[in-house]
Amino acid sequence: MSDKRPGEREPLFHLSRRHAIPWWQAWGIRVLAIFLGMLVCGVVAFLLIEKLQQRPERIGDFYYAFIKGAFGTQRKFWKFLKNIAILLCIALALTPAFRMHFWNTGGEGQTLVGVLACIAVDFYLGGTIPEPLLLVLMLAASLLAGALWGLLPAICRAQWGTNETLFTLMMNYVATYLVAFFLEVWVKSGSGVLPQMKTGKLPTLGSNSYLLIILIVLALTVCLYIYLNYTKHGYEISVVGESVKTARYVGMNDKKVIIRTMLLSGALCGLAGYLIGAGLDLSVSTQSVGGQGFTAIMVSWLANFNPLMMILTSGLIQLLNQGAAQISQDFDVSGALPNVIVGIILFFIIGSEFFVNYRIQFIRKEKEAVK
Amino acid sequence: MGDGKLEKQLAMQMRGITKRFGPILANDHVDLDVYRGEILAVLGENGCGKTTLMNMIAGIYFPDEGHILIDGKEVVIRSPKDAFEHKIGMIHQHFKLVDLFTAAENIVLGIEEKGEYNLKKVNARVAEISQKYGFHLDPTKKIYDMSVSEKQTVEILKVLYRGADILILDEPTAVLTPQEITRLFSVLRRMRDDGKSILIITHKLNEVLEVSDRVAILRKGEHVATVNTAETSEAELTELMVGKKIDLNISRSDPVNPQPRLIVRDLNLVSPEGLQVLRDISFTANGGEILGIAGIAGSGQRELLDTIAGLQKPASGEIVFHNPKKDKPVTFFHKSLKRVRELGKAHAFHDRKGNEVSFEGMKRRQIRKWVESGDVLFKEDEVMDLRNKNPLEIRQLGIHLSFVPEDRLGMGLVASMNITDNMMLRSYRKGSAGMLNRKHPREQAEEIVRDLEISTPSLTTPVRKLSGGNVQKVLVGREIAFTPKVLMAAYPVRGLDINSSYAIYNLLNHQKEQGVAVIFVGEDLDVLLALCDRILVMNGGKVTGIVDARMATKEEIGLLMTKSERREERAANE
Repeated sequence: MSDKRPGEREPLFHLSRRHAIPWWQAWGIRVLAIFLGMLVCGVVAFLLIEKLQQRPERIGDFYYAFIKGAFGTQRKFWKFLKNIAILLCIALALTPAFRMHFWNTGGEGQTLVGVLACIAVDFYLGGTIPEPLLLVLMLAASLLAGALWGLLPAICRAQWGTNETLFTLMMNYVATYLVAFFLEVWVKSGSGVLPQMKTGKLPTLGSNSYLLIILIVLALTVCLYIYLNYTKHGYEISVVGESVKTARYVGMNDKKVIIRTMLLSGALCGLAGYLIGAGLDLSVSTQSVGGQGFTAIMVSWLANFNPLMMILTSGLIQLLNQGAAQISQDFDVSGALPNVIVGIILFFIIGSEFFVNYRIQFIRKEKEAVK
Repeated sequence: MGDGKLEKQLAMQMRGITKRFGPILANDHVDLDVYRGEILAVLGENGCGKTTLMNMIAGIYFPDEGHILIDGKEVVIRSPKDAFEHKIGMIHQHFKLVDLFTAAENIVLGIEEKGEYNLKKVNARVAEISQKYGFHLDPTKKIYDMSVSEKQTVEILKVLYRGADILILDEPTAVLTPQEITRLFSVLRRMRDDGKSILIITHKLNEVLEVSDRVAILRKGEHVATVNTAETSEAELTELMVGKKIDLNISRSDPVNPQPRLIVRDLNLVSPEGLQVLRDISFTANGGEILGIAGIAGSGQRELLDTIAGLQKPASGEIVFHNPKKDKPVTFFHKSLKRVRELGKAHAFHDRKGNEVSFEGMKRRQIRKWVESGDVLFKEDEVMDLRNKNPLEIRQLGIHLSFVPEDRLGMGLVASMNITDNMMLRSYRKGSAGMLNRKHPREQAEEIVRDLEISTPSLTTPVRKLSGGNVQKVLVGREIAFTPKVLMAAYPVRGLDINSSYAIYNLLNHQKEQGVAVIFVGEDLDVLLALCDRILVMNGGKVTGIVDARMATKEEIGLLMTKSERREERAANE
């Protein structure tokens, strides 16, 4: 050992890929990551929130806010479920494309044109035709608009191999400005705010106005799970996603599969837009979707593109969001701080996947253990 | 040599080298000595850890445990740069050269030397080294103008230029013709006589016996033995490598009644980049025969199979499939009802009495019943043109053309799917509803796992996690389960261990005996000569000869493999 030249040090550790990990260990790592994230959040909160510095004993309230935000009152709980349903619906819509390794980042725009289309139908036809017919026409318009928004990038990708990530992303801006344009046309006052429609409202089941939406999305989850795992279409999506070469080798028409799947993905985004437009807002603005089209990407990825798992991941993200809102209310903080807290926890959750897939080995320690 | 051995000095020692990848132990406490002035062959099956071991000497991996000593002093090699400082150079299987640079420019690339950059001096120095060891290389030639063998020479010169005393060559002969191998070996011997230590990684026994002084054998990550080449035999080496005795003979039966099955005439293919990759290819593959295809990698073998399989559209030429169906009953096993109807309209059938069969005005159920009674016979052999048909159309014609592509996990199989889902690739369209039927594929998967002795934790394990041999068995098993009439296999034993290779040879032989026309693209000429009935040799997208495998020699095939290249060179010089 004495012959080693200065500077010739052995590396301290190295990373190796795990081949298999028991499920409980993987979940252990994930839960640990959430705990660590919470801990770091606590420290950050203590450093930045004045009210917490003055009364450190309120740190318990800080953590309790996450539960209070989602389950505090019955109204909050239903809102929690409704928000999950909308987020989940968009995530489900993106999933067939993701399974095909088609990185559809245009969920926001596809959903927004869905909202726009159904409100447009409502705006022009509302009151002139029977309500059920109006609702059906609104639905058709939403599905068509979403599908069209998904179709354009799909055709270009299938025919000329364009990059779908950029294309779908750009389509979001087109959608946003299209909404802005129609608001100019529709709102004569120039305020840019479209008053709620009097017609074209989805019926309420029982006494709760959210129940129907929740049930629709739940049914969609099951249907999509079956579609992706047990149908020929779903199988084709998986094969094309994994390797276009394999698909061609067995005579699948990969272009057809890409276009068909994106039509579906866009149409389902359109459905989410319909649920927002006809089920909740009865109006449209450039913020109707509010970034959920992007959050949905994370919901789908975190669930490893498994529709059933997405119920969990969308729930988790919604829990964090409402918790953050509760914190800003309880501790009188505004602006970006609640988002920082959500960001920290998500960072830990996503980062934990690295430790699920890789192992860190410390060389020194191992050597000593051998001796 | 006997006396010389006593004077030999140790160049490098490895002590207790261990490397793990996850739960896999790639190298388990390997001790290995390398002397000055020797050629040491590192022999072992794929996956035995020989490349991993060499990568640790070359600074690409770092050992988990153990020490490396150079000239008796312990060293730490953390990067290829460290390795060069200790005068170790590795020539990788995949060359790492800049195409647009000349040989000399590639050779000095990355050397940080003081003083001015003088290419003339470099050229002179390269020429000097070339001369010393007997390389033929023009230092001013660009890489893109070079053959594979010349590129390899540049790689070797690169490490010699850096003053390497220990050279590691990873499978250097895999891409060379027999003639080029002979030339390489003579260069290696000269370097040895100059006092260099040469480590050559290989799994080809005849080469080991030809060129090395000693052989180190690795098995499952362990160093099982080192033997003097002069005192060993092919049988002993195999036994050490595999751990048990193995019969190295491939049985070859004589073809029974070979009938033309697939006829290719004047086939031309132009790649999307506008290069002519296949030129006037003509041959016939017979049922009950194995037709080998030999050639240097990239001579058009892959494109030829792709074109036959319907994956590429030929510019011109014919691909004709002959189905010896005359007076044989029609079955729904090969033909859909729709196809049978079409053929009926085209007057293709007669019944057992010789009357023409017409399905005019019959219901589907009636046609089905009639065909299933076995009373509907083909009038003539079926002759079908496969040109401009995609794989699905070929299948819908009822032609059972199986294809084991070179790229197993990227083309033949879906790596992330399990065995059952991979079995379905060919047959998932069966059944009219939109739902998948996994019952039959699962049974099929169970069957091939059992029959081909595939070792897998379960049927739900992604095929990506299986070993190379098992992956190949899944692929070949699926293609055979499809009861082919023509079976094309591209490099089906590449990367497989000896046992798996022989299992694949047996499967191909079995198919041949069933009357299948087998087309086998191979790289090991010994195997091609032992397994095939005829061998078609390709070079530069052309057929340079079709020889009888029972009569031909390796040298003869080697000449054909480089034939047109030389003629073109001569033409260019004139």
